[in-house]
Amino acid sequence: MSGFGFTEEQVLRYSRHIILPKIGGAGQRKLLDAKVLCVGAGGLGSPVAMYLAAAGVGTLGILDFDRVDLTNLQRQLLHDTDDVGRPKVDSAADRITGINPGVNVIKHDTVLNSENAFEVLEPYDIVIDGTDNFPVRYLVNDATQMLGKPLVYGSIFQFDGQASVFMPGQGVPCYRCLFPEPPPPGTVPSCAEGGVFGVLPGIIGTIQAIEAIKLIIGIGEPLIGKLLLFDALDMEFTTVKLRWDPDCPVCGKNPTVTELIDYDMFCGLPSGQPPLEAEHGVATTSVEA
Amino acid sequence: MPVTVKIPTILRRHVGDRPVVEGEGATLREVLDDLDRRYPGIKGSIVTNDGDLHRFVNLYVNDEDVRFLGSLDTKVQQGDTVSILPAVAGGR
Repeated sequence: MSGFGFTEEQVLRYSRHIILPKIGGAGQRKLLDAKVLCVGAGGLGSPVAMYLAAAGVGTLGILDFDRVDLTNLQRQLLHDTDDVGRPKVDSAADRITGINPGVNVIKHDTVLNSENAFEVLEPYDIVIDGTDNFPVRYLVNDATQMLGKPLVYGSIFQFDGQASVFMPGQGVPCYRCLFPEPPPPGTVPSCAEGGVFGVLPGIIGTIQAIEAIKLIIGIGEPLIGKLLLFDALDMEFTTVKLRWDPDCPVCGKNPTVTELIDYDMFCGLPSGQPPLEAEHGVATTSVEA
Repeated sequence: MPVTVKIPTILRRHVGDRPVVEGEGATLREVLDDLDRRYPGIKGSIVTNDGDLHRFVNLYVNDEDVRFLGSLDTKVQQGDTVSILPAVAGGR
């Protein structure tokens, strides 16, 4: 494969991509040159990171402040039983390197907040949302809009999943065009009581990996302006239209959100506060803080 | 004029764990009122006390977001499918 600068090992490793007409040597070169940040190394982040590593994405950032817990292993395939207690970025890096030692893994063992978000996200071409809470979802949405970077969104609850692609700028929808504000604390059930079907993030995260690769190579029809809904119990995929909202607080005509916001963490309730019924709203966050 | 209403997992406890129910009405608001008569409490999960949609819940008629149609005054007809879409944050 002259011209693309592949090593002999790369020609073999990526041969099934290279012979695909829509990817080819040129597409594989784009993957090798791509820099993708995976926010969260959990249920969604696991298939995202593993498939992007296998596909040859050259630089993979993994952001997670957490340590591996036994309750993670029912769905988070980045981590092994022996990894319990280790920082997730370390076990994730080991898994990624095991799959493909050619990937440059950048570990971000930190909590994303308004102070560091621009600095962390800036070097990457594409950001993948694999978080488990509203504050970071809104932060990542707003930061990618302000930095002009694509965001590949995925979210899960129990047996239901959602996925979409949010491109920056006016005329195409972002997460806030869909849900302008996070639900108020107290209207969501606590994280642990939600539960999640372990295979579900495998489906949604894999869809996020597909969308990221399509964006990198520039093929197909990414989920821009579309929201994919998956119901595992009925085994039903539905796609609904997402519209750009001219009144969107971040990408609308007169943005009201012009700097990053640290919403209060409300995955669960602050200690000492009586649990509120989740009767007032349906929005929810899922397992573990 | 029955329309089909798809219920997300998080709201199914209001409707006897059904994934889909039928609702009657000429507008979305009438359909929600009809559902709330038979499944008390479900409307309050979707609509505020002032009668507007919660900002973290969206309704779709077929594949269109009703905020870009007529919100709760959107007309529905037999055969339409109404989907309730809550914001969900899980990912770990």
